Amino acid sequence: MNLEEYKGVYIFAQQVDNEISSIAFELLGKAKDLAKDLNTEVTAVLLGSGVKGLADQLAEYGADKVIVVDDPELKDYRTEPYAHALASVINKYKPEIMLVGATAIGRDLGPRVSARVATGLTADCTVLEIGDFPLQPVPGQEQLHNQLLMTRPAFGGNTIATIACPYNRPQMATVRPGVMQKIEPVKGAKAVVEEYNPGFTPDNKYVEILDIVKAVTETVDIMDAKILVSGGRGVGSPENFKILEDLAEVLGGTVSCSRAVVDSGWKPKDLQVGQTGKTVRPNVYFAIGISGAIQHVAGMEESDIIIAINKDADAPIFDVADYGVVGDLNKIVPKLTEALKAEIAAAK
Amino acid sequence: MKIVVCIKQVPDTKGGVKFNPDGTLDRGAMLTIMNPDDKAGLEAALRLKDQYGAEVTVVTMGLPKAEEVLREAMAMGADKGVLVTDRVLGGADTWATSTTLAGAIRNLEYDLIITGRQAIDGDTAQVGPQISEHLNIPVISYAQNIKIEGDSVIVERQYEDRYHVLKAKMPCLITALSELNEPRYMTPGGIFDAYKQEITVWGRADLKDVDDSNLGLKGSPTKIAKASDKVRKGAGEKVTLDPDESVSYIVDKLKVKHVI
Repeated sequence: MNLEEYKGVYIFAQQVDNEISSIAFELLGKAKDLAKDLNTEVTAVLLGSGVKGLADQLAEYGADKVIVVDDPELKDYRTEPYAHALASVINKYKPEIMLVGATAIGRDLGPRVSARVATGLTADCTVLEIGDFPLQPVPGQEQLHNQLLMTRPAFGGNTIATIACPYNRPQMATVRPGVMQKIEPVKGAKAVVEEYNPGFTPDNKYVEILDIVKAVTETVDIMDAKILVSGGRGVGSPENFKILEDLAEVLGGTVSCSRAVVDSGWKPKDLQVGQTGKTVRPNVYFAIGISGAIQHVAGMEESDIIIAINKDADAPIFDVADYGVVGDLNKIVPKLTEALKAEIAAAK
Repeated sequence: MKIVVCIKQVPDTKGGVKFNPDGTLDRGAMLTIMNPDDKAGLEAALRLKDQYGAEVTVVTMGLPKAEEVLREAMAMGADKGVLVTDRVLGGADTWATSTTLAGAIRNLEYDLIITGRQAIDGDTAQVGPQISEHLNIPVISYAQNIKIEGDSVIVERQYEDRYHVLKAKMPCLITALSELNEPRYMTPGGIFDAYKQEITVWGRADLKDVDDSNLGLKGSPTKIAKASDKVRKGAGEKVTLDPDESVSYIVDKLKVKHVI
């Protein structure tokens, strides 16, 4: 493998139902920073059926170039045709860096592709930067420059590790959604669009989609919410989430929850914050009746302001809360909603 | 039907985490459990065994002490256990781990391979799909329901906002979510029998069609540059007030921060 041949920062531009996923724009934002440090370009790889028209959107969010693989086999996500398409793009174009979202699609596609092109893959990264490996010079070992340094939590958020992939290319990472910042879109920006089709020959690895069942949800994506009112097991019952919903409504916020609530069947999985749920960083995060297991904290500790209400004064949530209130949520939350209603009405 | 289940002995992340000087985990120094997603995968295999009849072989890679999770799996109902252990395999990343496990599984007959979605120590979710790639068979990740129909498997595959009902021809690899089921307990008879049974132990020489350059710490493309305990931002204020005062306290903070 001649490492010098590999150039450019590439991102997998995930789309679902021909709508580009938010993670693709987040990856573009990060890719732009990395490309600047490496003095190179950002390329988005767009796979799907009838998706060419989406290239302009990727340009507006920072792609210099878009490689489009447009084929009916890529209509809905399936591991094999997508892995074949992305691996073929990597083998043909030889990117130095390949970023993929750590979504339910990317965490399946990434490992399959990295194994096919025989390179390393670092999972669920939260920080990406260009630097040296080893970080400090080590006698008898060449220190390599311009390496992708990939930082990720492990052990349920107990530790963080920084990982490099110094001797293989591309340097591949999956990136946790909600962590990287999109750029302000540049209206009318255009990218060089290149179409490529590696050819698709269905075999035993092409699974058949018998049915697609979409979850019916009327809620907004908690990762986009500016204010989250999050409830845990301490809320007591699915019915009692009403008091959280009332509070969220007054503040124009959204209700989310802990894993315990999802496991109890009180709320759907897409509202779950934490290691096995979503990473959120709203302006205000209310943790109500949430004890604050480390797996939960890993998904919300980057929030600007964390307000915790819990009757257990020793709950670990108070270790990360900016403002902690020890008390009965059933007494405090409804009154808080009323008080905020009055404040907001008075301010008008 | 023959089912291979890959399981991993993992440190219980509720306990402390310890490192070797080179940044890799000091697995010997931590309390261990069977990884929860793997246990769900094993349970799924045992249910298929109950329903359709199957031989279930559990495979693990790790230190010699990882034999414990094989015994546990056999006490739950697995038929055979294979421990892959060798000094040269240590320090492996997901590429080297999946290469090793694929090398072991090539010695076994299988219609279905089940792995957990991810282990609670690494949280990568990469090894299952990578094994399937090395073995050139289809993968279905994030399985939430598994049925057998003739020579195919029908699986509900979970995404953030939907699930796909997928049909794949066996052999096939499935990665299981811990939400898939409630794993059964070991039975006293099962425990007794499990400790009487032979466990197959394989080293480097027993792996089929693998190259030394893809094994262990040396064969891992990813290298740890740094590992450390997470530094948290620390606690802010904590107050204990009556409900009305609590409300005023929160409202004041929201005002100061210009939220309202």
